[in-house]
Amino acid sequence: MIEIIGVHKSFNSHHILMGINLTINKGESVVVIGGSGSGKSVLLKHIIGLLKPDAGTVEVDGTDLSRLDENELNELRKKFGMLFQSAALFDSMTVWENIGFGLKRHRKLTDKEIKEIAVEKLKHVGLVGVEDVMPSELSGGMRKRVGLARAIAMEPEILLYDEPTTGLDPIMADAINNLIIEMREKLKITSVAITHDMKSAYKIADRIAMLYNGEIIETGTPDEIKNTQNPVVKQFIEGSAVGPIVLEGIRR
Amino acid sequence: MVIIRAFEFIGTVVKHPLEEMGRILLLLYSTVKWFIKPPLEIRNITKQMVEIGVNSLPVVLITAVFTGMVLALQSYTGFKRFGAESLVGSVVALSMTRELGPVLTALIVTGRAGAAMAAELGTMRVTEQIDALETLATNPVKYLVVPRFISGVVMLPSLSVVADIIGIIGGYFVTVIIFEASSKQYMKMTWDYLEIQDIYNGLIKSCVFGAILSIISCYKGFYTKGGAEGVGKATTGAVVISSMAILIADYFLSAWLFK
Repeated sequence: MIEIIGVHKSFNSHHILMGINLTINKGESVVVIGGSGSGKSVLLKHIIGLLKPDAGTVEVDGTDLSRLDENELNELRKKFGMLFQSAALFDSMTVWENIGFGLKRHRKLTDKEIKEIAVEKLKHVGLVGVEDVMPSELSGGMRKRVGLARAIAMEPEILLYDEPTTGLDPIMADAINNLIIEMREKLKITSVAITHDMKSAYKIADRIAMLYNGEIIETGTPDEIKNTQNPVVKQFIEGSAVGPIVLEGIRR
Repeated sequence: MVIIRAFEFIGTVVKHPLEEMGRILLLLYSTVKWFIKPPLEIRNITKQMVEIGVNSLPVVLITAVFTGMVLALQSYTGFKRFGAESLVGSVVALSMTRELGPVLTALIVTGRAGAAMAAELGTMRVTEQIDALETLATNPVKYLVVPRFISGVVMLPSLSVVADIIGIIGGYFVTVIIFEASSKQYMKMTWDYLEIQDIYNGLIKSCVFGAILSIISCYKGFYTKGGAEGVGKATTGAVVISSMAILIADYFLSAWLFK
């Protein structure tokens, strides 16, 4: 279970998160929606301890992340897998070395065994025969799949997705959505995704939370969110430029 | 009022470099801390040693041989005016080992390997690869910075030794082959005035330069912000700041070591 309690975060004078409260239950799939620059990525980075809150706490299975030293935090991170927006594959390594990175460092396995696991994980995400390719030779969608294979290589309990469908064509985006659902159902993984792609959010979420002005302003099941009365949420999910949400730098 | 303004002005000018220096020292501290903690990243260290040491060898060789040659050329023609051309051997040997070997090697390696470090780590930062390392329970300082730092400290003196020797050979070539001076005399003057302490101290300087250039370049890359432009700025910054730091440190180290 992940508990985010009263988290505040500022960068220089920008107050990005202003008291976030969100609980994510075991096995649940939560999608955080919000506009660009609303602090979604910042929130996600707090969950895995890449960023530390200025105030408030982030607890994973009852452990307060900010109380851990570097070794303990690394231990805890082995429970996590994260898919980055641009996949963040290590470009100096082949695909299988990328997938096997965590295994090589934290498990006592031979290169041959690691490669076998990598090939199996690749199959899991629908890729065959790319294990010896360098990431730069892959398309965007394939990179995301490899990123996902890397995220699940250590068999994590929690998966974090940073804009999993951004920058993909609609068909590839839907394929990634299906993969996310499959991960949750087959591997019983808790997942937290951030996105502004509503189609994806409806499809993969058990629960959707809307982040606006540094706070979670509404949470609910996809159906509840679809029928919301909150004008801000309504404007966002309908993707309308007219409404209470003020776009930074745009005057009307 | 004027005094307050003056202080304010000095403050704004000094604040940024001081902050930067503090953060470089913090990175140095955590590098040393993670270096001590086992296990060592042997594979990464070897890779970096090849990158910093072996791959820099050709440029260092060319720089050293021509530096030795021009040193001999200038001092031979200059010394000839007062009949001291026999001293060329010692001038070349002392200049190379005490000063030019270490400093030029460090500057060349900064331009080559330092820039590469900043660009590589910078790109890894802006493409979230450094964050990805952390999510894979790997400390990025240990994985990325420590190997580069160790390689810098170890490979710079090694390159300097080569530069010293090649520089002296370059000097020999110009003095003996081109100016047809006595080969015996050149070698005698080289050995008679060169003390082991000169070579030693030159190498100590090299170690320090290696530490300076690797930690500054890593720092610049590690904390890169803002896309492709940021990577460019980080790379330029790494080369400029490392080079200046090396030259400044050179003076103080020389003053201290060669009392």
